[in-house]
Parts: sequence; structure tokens; C-alpha cells
Amino acid sequence: MTTISKIRYSRRNVLKTGGAALAAAAAFPAPMVWGQESKNITLRQFGTGVSNLNEVATKVKEDLGITLEMTALDTDSVTQRAATQPDSFDIADIEYFVAKKVWPTGNLQAMDASKIKNYDKIVGIFRNGKLTPESSIAQGTAPHTVGFVEGPAGTSFVDNESGWMTLIPTIYNADTLGIRPDLIGRPIESWTELLNPEFKGKASILDISSIGIMDMAMVCEAMGEIQYGDKGNMTKDEIDKTFAIFTEAKKNGQFRAFWKTFDESVNLMASGEVVIQSMWSPAITAVRSRGIDCVYQPLKEGYRSWGGGIGLSASLSGMELDAAYEYINWYLSGWVGGFLMRQGYYSAVPETSKDFMSENEWGYWFEGKESTGDITSPFGDKLAGAGEVRDGGSFYDRMGAVACWNSVMQENQYMVRKWNEFIAA
Amino acid sequence: MTKQFTAWIQAAPMALVLLAFLVAPIVMIAIVSFWGATEYSIYPAFQFDNYEFLFRSPVTYTVFFNTFKYAAITWAFTLVIGFTVAYFLAFEVRSLKWQIALFLLCTIPFWTSNIIRMISWIPFLGRNGLANSTLISWGVIDEPVEWLLFSDFSVILAFVHLYTLFMVVPIFNSMMRIDRSLIEAARDGGASAWQTLRHVIIPLCKPGIMIGTIFVTTLVMGDFITVRFMSGSQRANVGRLISNDISLLQYPSASATAVVLLVAVLIVIALLLRLVDIRKEL
Repeated sequence: MTTISKIRYSRRNVLKTGGAALAAAAAFPAPMVWGQESKNITLRQFGTGVSNLNEVATKVKEDLGITLEMTALDTDSVTQRAATQPDSFDIADIEYFVAKKVWPTGNLQAMDASKIKNYDKIVGIFRNGKLTPESSIAQGTAPHTVGFVEGPAGTSFVDNESGWMTLIPTIYNADTLGIRPDLIGRPIESWTELLNPEFKGKASILDISSIGIMDMAMVCEAMGEIQYGDKGNMTKDEIDKTFAIFTEAKKNGQFRAFWKTFDESVNLMASGEVVIQSMWSPAITAVRSRGIDCVYQPLKEGYRSWGGGIGLSASLSGMELDAAYEYINWYLSGWVGGFLMRQGYYSAVPETSKDFMSENEWGYWFEGKESTGDITSPFGDKLAGAGEVRDGGSFYDRMGAVACWNSVMQENQYMVRKWNEFIAA
Repeated sequence: MTKQFTAWIQAAPMALVLLAFLVAPIVMIAIVSFWGATEYSIYPAFQFDNYEFLFRSPVTYTVFFNTFKYAAITWAFTLVIGFTVAYFLAFEVRSLKWQIALFLLCTIPFWTSNIIRMISWIPFLGRNGLANSTLISWGVIDEPVEWLLFSDFSVILAFVHLYTLFMVVPIFNSMMRIDRSLIEAARDGGASAWQTLRHVIIPLCKPGIMIGTIFVTTLVMGDFITVRFMSGSQRANVGRLISNDISLLQYPSASATAVVLLVAVLIVIALLLRLVDIRKEL
């Protein structure tokens, strides 16, 4: 989702682990590992900065011998590359709603679920859409609706677990508004607060149309102004009404700025230019690690959620394809999951990640328990002290309260044009 | 005949480079602007949909108006500042050594990226930034001034900061070519300093002013990143319209906008060139 987080981490990483790994690689040629035939294989992966982390490439080289070449791009560029440059990658790490745009291009190939060892342990959200058997499915492009096709050469999505997957889920989270409790000084409980005149000139929303429109919809619905049939698939009329409300707010000076990149959102919040805004989880962490109070505020109307997954290029075959499956199985086997969950994301197979987290970490991040000691990120920053609880609570509290998923609507082109008008208004 | 042939050969490398890297891409953009697009692909066609949408949308007019507005205001400020700086360098500083030293000083900021130079305004102008806290401590204002950042003011400030040198250099160059005896003659003839400036220096600086003007207007009209950062994404110019379209895979629509922008810029330049015949003046 972001480019910057990757740059931040990777620089540090290059200095610490990266440099050391490079030195080690030079000193000890190719380690002997169980994936013998894959040791000389290079896979080119691209995706958003969220999960395209150098640590993963270093670790996969160590465990499997596969060289992973990572390219981190922003959300829009990821879509662009997946749709227009099929030969430039082997593995696409994209968001589920992007799959809806990219799949029809034929640039990706379906994956055989029977080759995925931990398939049965993948969270229900990505299989039948239900987190627990009782949960209801949220609006928008829910991952399971674009997760399966009818066969190896399938071109259209099916609504059952057909055994042929478009993407293997890797990382997901529930997003909400970030606030500065020290500058607001009262409880915030609803999405409507984003347009509360109290925060005139101190609010912000993200300038990525496909995600921003969902935040807008959450606000309009919470205000009781619009009843959406499906927030993830609005009618032209609903789109018009949503933009009318936000354009008026913009003209009244409600917004300080709009942000497009991760670091912009961090700076707006940390500098106090903005006290309430759409935000992503690691951005909250980044603000907090500067010693500034910042909360990822759970709201009564629920979360806007997103999920990412790995897709295979249509041109992958033979040994490269086998290596890609091996990489996917490794990805779901726990180390990456633990690495991501310690940053506040969720892994597709949480139970395998448990072995790679301490009991305190697992309790804090997954179970929503009070921490028993300091919680640090995988990069060594202290994120919470003893006795703190994660904003929003446990995995089931958070992912169970998802109101809608990031999505691509049928009226997307219309929406994008309206978005341009909104920005220029 | 052989002479003409040699001339063709001599011109060929440059012509080929321009053909391959300037003309061909523009032709390509013009062609694609008639194509159609779906969510994820573009398909060849010859349709006017993109232009039709562009000319029918009120956003287009707002955004083009903004683009011209930014260009005009930035031009006015860069011209006044640029001319003043160049005048000081050319006529007030007497020794060539100091002229060169001061001129180089002007270029020092260009050793850093212009994105950095632009972004460094943000903490300065912010709500709790240096400018506001200084003004408050002086007692000039009681509450932080909001319009300093993420406004037209900050966008134009950044443009002026980034592009004034493009005005200084050509004007300075023109001024250095002015024969000093002309100025002495004006003075001997009884002209005041103002009259000398008005009737001698400015007319002789016209080519420099015009070249600077072309630099500044084309740079400002084609920009999108400054507007995005300095307005906190709250304002739009044509460049941003194009960049939004590209990021959403709407290449044909982006091409159509680019073609219209190109035509607009060419018209502006054609008008400017009517005012001054640069070839003759150089």
C-alpha cells in the first residue's frame, strides 16, 4: 500500500541485516538447503511496500535458496504494472480489489490449491468469506469473491472454493481513522467526526480514489445522509450524493490537506496539522515511535478492510513455477506471518505464525490481551509498554467488525472522474 | 548539389534524434488520445470520446484556468525578482570576479533536488512551523495563520522559489551583452536612471526576458508535483489531471488532456514569439 514504509525499513535493513547478509553471501557461497533444484532460481516479485520487505528476501534466500528480487511501488503503480507489463514479474503481490482489474487481462495464472500445504488453515475470510461460521460478509470486494476461478485457465471468478485460486492471501488488516487524542481531548466514536465542524481545517482524507471513496461512504452512511445498497458497488446517484457532501465540506475548509503517500500521512499527524484522518496501521506506529500520542480509533460503524495476496505470472512454468509454489508454502509456514503480525498486520494462517512470536506478542497483537512487557516492532522500535492493549482489541473483535472491503465498482470510471472534480473543486 | 548533400548529412544526426525522441512520442500521444479504454486495458479506435468528455466537463475549464493563473502569477513574480537580481549582478557589481562569484551563489540551491527545496517549505510554513511561531512571538498575530501552507499562496511561493533562476540567467546574459557605451551615451544625453532603464536596458533585455518567460511558463504549466505537495492535494492543475488519469490506467484520456495542454502551451509561446523576434534579437 505504501512505498515509503518500505524505504524506511529497507534503508535500516540494508545497513544492518542487508549489509551483513551481503557480506555473508560473499563469504559463504550458496547455502545447501532442502530445495536443491531451486537454489539458483530467481523470482521477480513486485508489490506495495507493506509486504515487499527486504527481510523476507533475505530469509527466503537463507531457507530455500531462492533469490527474490523485490520491487516496491505504490497502490496505483502496482495495478499499472500487473495490467500492462506481464513480462516484468514472476510474482505479483497485489491487493484483492486490484485482482478484479488485473485478472481479466490474463496476466496471472490460477494456482492449484492442492499444492498449498496449509490451505485448510487459511482464515475463512479468504475461502468462504466468513471469519467464523456465524459472521456475515461485509460489503465491497470481499477477498473470497475474487479469490477463485473455475479451473486452471479460468477467466471468471466463482463463488465457491473451486480449488483454483487467483491469489494466495498474505497480509490484511482492518483500517479506521487515526486521531490525536491529546489535541482532541474527548472520546471519538463515529466516522461522522471526520466532517465535524469542530475539526475544521484539521481533518484529512487520502487521495487514492478507490480507498478514499470507501472512507467517504463510511462517513456519509454514519451521518445518516445516504443509505447505500452496497458501499463497494455504488450507483451513480450514490456516488453523486457522496461527493456532494464532501465537496461542500471541502469548500467550507474542513480539510487541511489530502495525502497520497504513507509519509505524508505520518507528517500531517505528527506535526499537528491534522488531528483526525484516514490512516494506515503502520503510519500510526510511525507517529507513536516519535513519542507522539496517536490512536487507531475503533469506531462503532466498523472498519474498512483490505487484503493482499500473491499471484503467479501467466508466463511462469517448469522449475520457476515449482519454486514459486515452494515460496508460497514457505510464506504461509509462519516466519513471514510472525514478522508481519509483529507490525500490526494479520497473517493468512495465523496459527503457524504463533510459533514465531513470543507469548506476550501473540497475546498483544492477536488475542487483544494486555501486554506483559514491552512490545517492539521487528525493526527494534518500541511500540507499547507493559499493561497496554491494542487499539480495537483481538483479531476476532477487529476483523469481525469489518463494514466494507476496498473495492472496484462497476461505475469505477465515473467515480474516478467525480474524484478528479472533487480534487479540483 | 554536393554542398546541399553535405548539409543534409550534417543535420541528419540531430534531426534523427529529435524525430525519435520528440516527434515520435508526441505523434504516439496524439494517436492514443483517440483510443478507448476499459478498466484495465486500452484498445485502438478512432473516437472523440476523450475530447468530448474533456470539453464537456466543467473541471477541465477550472483546471486550465488554475494552470494559467499559476503561470501568470509566477511569471510576474519571477520576472520582477529575476530582473532585479540580474540588474544588480550586471550593473551594480563592478568586478567580473564578484559577478561570477555571486552568480554561482545563485545556483547553489540547484545542487539539491527541487523536490527537497519544495518540501522544506512545509515545516517552515505549517501551523506550528517556524513562520507562524516567529510571527506569534513578535506579537504580529495571535493565532497561527492557516493560509501559509496548503493554499495557492504556498504553491506560488514554491514556484517562484524554484523557477526564479530560470529568469535570472537569460536576463543576466542579455544584460552582459549590452554595450556600456550605450548607457554612457544615454547619461550624456541627459537621461535619468529611470529613463535609461526604460528606454535602453529593458528593450535590449527583451530576448532574455522572453527566453526566461518561455522557461517559466512551460515549467509551471507542465508541473504537477509542486501543486500536489504544496497544496496538500487540494488544488489541481492540468498536470495533476494527467497524472491521476495515468495512475488509473486511463492512458487515452491522459493523452487527450496532454494534447490539449500541449496546444495551449504552444499557443502561449507563439503569442510570446510574436512580441519579440528572438532570432533577430540574438
